[in-house]
Amino acid sequence: MKSPFRPAKPPDPALLDNHRGLLLRLERRGFIRGGLSLGALAMLTGCDVSSEPSVDKALRLVSSWNDRVQAALFDPTHLAPTYPRSMILKPPKFNAYYDITEVKPVNAQDWKLELAGLIADKRPWTAERLATLPETEMVIRHICVEGWDYIGGWSGPTLRSFLEAVGADLHAKYVAFKTADDYPSSIDMATALHPQTLLATKYAGAPLADPFGFPLRLRMATKLGYKNPKWITAIEVTNQYPGGYWESLGFNWFAGI
Amino acid sequence: MHWTNAIAMIIMILSGWGIYDDYVIIPGLHFGDALRLGTWAAPSLLWHFAGMWLLAANGLCYVSYGLITGRLRERMLPIRFAELVQTVRDTLKFKIEHDDLTVYNAVQKLLYIVVILAGIAQVVTGLLIWKPIQFSGAVALLGGFQAVRLEHFLGMSVIVGFLLVHVALSLLVPQTLWAMLSGGPRLPRKEELS
Repeated sequence: MKSPFRPAKPPDPALLDNHRGLLLRLERRGFIRGGLSLGALAMLTGCDVSSEPSVDKALRLVSSWNDRVQAALFDPTHLAPTYPRSMILKPPKFNAYYDITEVKPVNAQDWKLELAGLIADKRPWTAERLATLPETEMVIRHICVEGWDYIGGWSGPTLRSFLEAVGADLHAKYVAFKTADDYPSSIDMATALHPQTLLATKYAGAPLADPFGFPLRLRMATKLGYKNPKWITAIEVTNQYPGGYWESLGFNWFAGI
Repeated sequence: MHWTNAIAMIIMILSGWGIYDDYVIIPGLHFGDALRLGTWAAPSLLWHFAGMWLLAANGLCYVSYGLITGRLRERMLPIRFAELVQTVRDTLKFKIEHDDLTVYNAVQKLLYIVVILAGIAQVVTGLLIWKPIQFSGAVALLGGFQAVRLEHFLGMSVIVGFLLVHVALSLLVPQTLWAMLSGGPRLPRKEELS
């Protein structure tokens, strides 16, 4: 098929002789002049368009559209690659919205896991009771939104087994978390029920160390690092969008990998 | 399609530089605030994941239009080695005139093909960095997560390198710019001539 933008009959090449003079006038001056205009145009980008509220709103709208695209791309049966225990990084990398020296350890004796929302049995759980659920171990890659990654080995009950044990509505949209370090977070139900989504209590076979979320944290093989809250104190099952700490600052909510 | 692509590419490159800065690939290489779209990672990511739709949709239109109409083949092929050597030799002697804007020389053809392939590679590696677990097989094939990140960075470098030459040459031959904006040189049909 011929391009509809091409003339039906090819033009007489001799015609272009008229233009030749123009094209041959290559001047350094022209380059400098053009460069200056382009430079002047580039200066306009100095005003930061993304801090404009309407632009930010539009960008976040695309981000919530991307949430839906990612939910469609997410395959609940696809397992993330796992690695031998020998590849586990010890200790894991610490990352939070504050420095590791500012971690406030949680006392296991006082710790309780509160439940809320669409859950049949909302009685709080203790660490001992959590230990009675069957334990799963996974050695997976942790990928941070910043671009770094490492191999970590996590164990604990699957979030699915916990949600089933407390009689949660598994058709609800969201599972939300509250934490001791004031880092609210939430995930979609499909990811909550994925076999590689753990309520981790151990790292590399030993109880979690304080900076990494002792006594309970979330670990998912299918989401970016910031979606994994540490020092969990409450879990809620809900149909209302709960948001999260980084999400309110503009990071994408679904953050599936 | 060219100007939509130009806008999309600039959005992707500048926001990509904003994202890159959090975990650099080349130690010491940082992109300054003035070169970044977005004041920190979150807005840069928002821009990047919005711009990707524009880039992919426009790129898909461009490539499928070029393939279906045969325009890509007509314009970019064949590339003859002798012609390539000749064009390079001419260019080094500052003989860079265009007799006919509608016909590309061998170097142009080669560079346009390279940059189109680089664009396609960026979409593929970008998708893999976005979804390295969902597409874990493809990521393993390309050497792992960090390797794909590096490939995405190299693809960007190829495109930016092309852009520098591309913009410099279009400034040297400004008639090409006018031709793009006005719809190309007017070529009266033969009947009109006589």
